Amino acid sequence: MASDARAAAPSEEEGAAPAPDAPATNGGSTGQDHDTYRDARHARPGGAHPGAGPDAREERRRERRSRRYRRDVRWSPYAFVAPFFVFFMAFGLFPLLYTGWASLHRVELTAPTDMEWVGLRNFSRLLSDEFFWNALQNTVTIGLISTIPQLLIALGIAHLLNYRLRGSMFFRVAVLTPYATSVAAATLVFVLLFGRDYGMINWLLGQIGIGAVDWQNGTWTSQLAVSTIVIWRWTGYNALIYLAAMQAIPNDLYESAALDGASRWQQFIHVTVPSLRPTILFTCVVSTIGATQLFGEPLLFNGGAGATGGAGHQFQTLGLYLYEQGWVNLHLGRASAIAWTMFLILLIIGAVNWVIGRRLRKSA
Amino acid sequence: MRTRTRSSRRLVVLAAVAALGTGVLAGCAEDTEDPSGSASGGGVSGKGKTTITVGVFGAFGLKEAGLYDQYMKLNKDVVIKQTSIERNENYYPQLLTHLGSGSGLADVQAVEVNNIAEITATQGDKLVDLGKTEGVQKDSFLPWKWSQATTTAGKTIALGTDIGPEGICYRKDLFAAAGLPTDREAVGKLWAGDWNKYLAAGKQFKSKAPKGTAFVDSASGVMAAITGSNANRFYDKDGKVIYKTNPAVRQAWDTAAEFAGSGLTAKLQQFTPGWDQGFANGTFATVSCPAWMLGYIQDKGGEAGKGKWDVAAAPKPSNWGGSFLAVPEASKNKEAAAKLVAWLTAPEQQATLFAERGSFPSSQAAYALPAVSGAKHEYFDNAPIGEIFSAAAKGVPVQIVGPKDLIIAQNLADIGMLQVDQKGTSSKDGWNAAVKAIDNALDQ
Repeated sequence: MASDARAAAPSEEEGAAPAPDAPATNGGSTGQDHDTYRDARHARPGGAHPGAGPDAREERRRERRSRRYRRDVRWSPYAFVAPFFVFFMAFGLFPLLYTGWASLHRVELTAPTDMEWVGLRNFSRLLSDEFFWNALQNTVTIGLISTIPQLLIALGIAHLLNYRLRGSMFFRVAVLTPYATSVAAATLVFVLLFGRDYGMINWLLGQIGIGAVDWQNGTWTSQLAVSTIVIWRWTGYNALIYLAAMQAIPNDLYESAALDGASRWQQFIHVTVPSLRPTILFTCVVSTIGATQLFGEPLLFNGGAGATGGAGHQFQTLGLYLYEQGWVNLHLGRASAIAWTMFLILLIIGAVNWVIGRRLRKSA
Repeated sequence: MRTRTRSSRRLVVLAAVAALGTGVLAGCAEDTEDPSGSASGGGVSGKGKTTITVGVFGAFGLKEAGLYDQYMKLNKDVVIKQTSIERNENYYPQLLTHLGSGSGLADVQAVEVNNIAEITATQGDKLVDLGKTEGVQKDSFLPWKWSQATTTAGKTIALGTDIGPEGICYRKDLFAAAGLPTDREAVGKLWAGDWNKYLAAGKQFKSKAPKGTAFVDSASGVMAAITGSNANRFYDKDGKVIYKTNPAVRQAWDTAAEFAGSGLTAKLQQFTPGWDQGFANGTFATVSCPAWMLGYIQDKGGEAGKGKWDVAAAPKPSNWGGSFLAVPEASKNKEAAAKLVAWLTAPEQQATLFAERGSFPSSQAAYALPAVSGAKHEYFDNAPIGEIFSAAAKGVPVQIVGPKDLIIAQNLADIGMLQVDQKGTSSKDGWNAAVKAIDNALDQ
C-alpha cells in the first residue's frame, strides 16, 4: 500500500510542472483540470523535443530519481520496523546473550566485572539443586491450577459478554480492571484476605464452621492462594481476547445451527469453541509463558519477607529462585543459568504448542 | 425523548468507566515512586545551590527528625533530597549494582549493619574515606562501630548513625492479667541475666494467660535477641563461617525453639502484615525491641495501645541492627556530601535522632547529652528509654561481623525458625532446613 503511493510519486511531481497553466486555459473546471494534468503527463516522454541535450539530462535525472525511489521502496519498510529491533537488541537480545555469557562464569554482584570461567557448571549443578527442582515443581503446579481455571472462566465470561447486555461497555471495562491494577496493590489486599488470624476468608470459613486455615504455610493452600491472585488478575484480559474472537465468528453459523435445532449450549460447544481454536491456543501459549515467569504474586504473597517463597520454599517459583540467587545471594552467574534454563523450558513449551497446534489444524 | 435517555445513560456509563479508570490509574501510581531515578542528579542546581541526594531504606529517620531542614537552614547554599526504598533487601542489591557501574548513586548512601562487612571488604575503593573528613572525631564513636566500617587498609568508608541496643517491650495489662509484675524494674529483675528466666516467665504467663494472647510475638525474634548478646555469631575473627558449630548460636536456636515448642509464641513473622495486626490487636505480651523498634510499635499499636506498653531491660545486653552513612567516590559533590555526613553523625544530631525517632546513637559522646540520658518515651508510659538503652549499649559485646551475616540471619529466621514456629517442624528438621538453605546461598 505504502510502496504503491511512493512509486507513483515521481510521475506526479513531474506532471505537476505544466499544471499551473491549466487553470488559466480551462477556467478552473476540476474535471478538465484533471484531464489536462493526465495529458501533460502522458505527453511528456514523447512530447516536444527542444533538443537532445536537456532531454538526455532529464533522462539521467529521472533514472537517478527512480533508482532512489526503488531503493526507498525496498528499504524504508526496514527503517519503519527498525526502532522496534533497535530496542529489542538493546533490551532483549543483548541481555539474553550477555546472560548466557554470564551463566558460564562465576560472577558476584559485589564485583560484576570480575568473571571467572566455570563452563557449564552453573547448569550441571542445577541437576542436583533441590531448590531448583522444588521451584520448577511449584511453577508447574501453580501454573496448572491458575491457567486452567483462568481460561475456562474467561471463556464463560466472554460468552456472557457476547450477549446483548445493557451497559455491555461497562462490563467489558470492569472485567479488565484487575488486569490494570498494580500487582503490588492487589497482592497486598490478597495477603490480608488470606491472613491466618484476621483474614476475611478464614472469617468466612469460620461462619460455616470450618476452622482457620494457615494459607501461607501449607503447600497446597499457599499455591492455591497465589493462583487465586493470578486468576483474579488475568481472567478479564483473556476474556476480552476471547470476546474479540467471538465477535468475528459469522452469525450465519449460529443461524444454521439454530435452524438445525441446536440449543444454546450445543451452539457454544459446536460452533463457538471450534471457531475459537486458534485463539484458545494463543491464550494457552501466552498464559504458559506468564505462568513460567510468575514472580510478583508469590514474592508479595510472602508479606514482604523476601524471595524465599515461604518457610519451606513452598511457593517459591523459578522466577523467585532466580531473584533470590541473583539479588539476595548475589550470585549472578547462577542466576543467569536459571534464567537461561527458564528460557529453554519456554522454547520447549513453545515447540510442544506448535506441534499440538498443527495437529489440531490438520484434524479440523 | 428516547434519544435523550439513551445519551444520558451512555453518559452514566462513560462516567462509570472514567471513575474506574482513574481508580485504576491511582492504583498504578502507588508504586511508581522511582527510588533511583532522581538520585542520579546532583551537581549544582539553579541559583548556585548544591543539591545533595541521600539514598536510604525504610523510614530512616533523618528526614523525619527534621535534620535535613536544620542543615539547609545552617547552609543556605545546600538543598538535600532524599530517596527511600522501603526494604533493605531491595535497597542493597541496587546499591551494589550502582556502585559496580559507578552511576545512579546518591551522594550519600545508607548501609545496614548486616551489609557493612561486605561493603567494607568489597566496595572500599569505591567509597570516600570519611575518617579524614574535617570535623569527624573518631573518639566520639563507639570503637566497634568505627572499626566495623574501617577496611584492613585503615580507610573508614562509612560513619555510624545508630545502633540497636535491645530491651523487652511488654504489655502491662496482659502481665497484670497473668499475675506477673507490671513495674518495669520488677519486670527487668524477673529475667535479669539469663534468657532461660525469660523462658520461665513465659511459662508462668502461659499458665494464666488471657484468652487469645501469647507471651511473645515470634520465636525468631527471641533467637535474634539471644544471638545478638554474643560477641561471636556467624563468623569468627578470621572470617571463617562458624555458625554451625558456634555454641552461642546453638543456644539461641534451642531456647527459641523451646519457646515455639512450649506454645509461648503468637506464631507470627516479624515485619509482615500479620505481625502488624498482632500489635494492633494486642495478641502478644512481649517483644524483644531494639531502640529503633519503639516507633514501629507506636505506629502499629496505635491509640489503643498507648499507656499499655512499657519497656524493661533485656535479660542480657544485646544489639540488633543499626546503620551507617557512606559517600561514593562517583558522587559529584563528594566534599559537600562528606561534610553533611560528618554533621549528621555528630553527637548532637544523633541525640536529636534519638529524641525524635528512637534510633539510639552510635556516638558515645552523645550519651552524656541530656537529650539522650534524660529521654523518656510517652507512648511507653514515660519509660526512661535513655537510661535503659544506654545501659544496654554499654553492655553490648563487640560483635564480629561477616560479609554474609544478613543471609545467614535471614535463613535461620525465615526458613528454619519460622518452620519450627509456624509449621510445628521439629527443632532438628528446622535447623537442617536452614543449614541447607544457607549452604546453598553461600556457595558461589
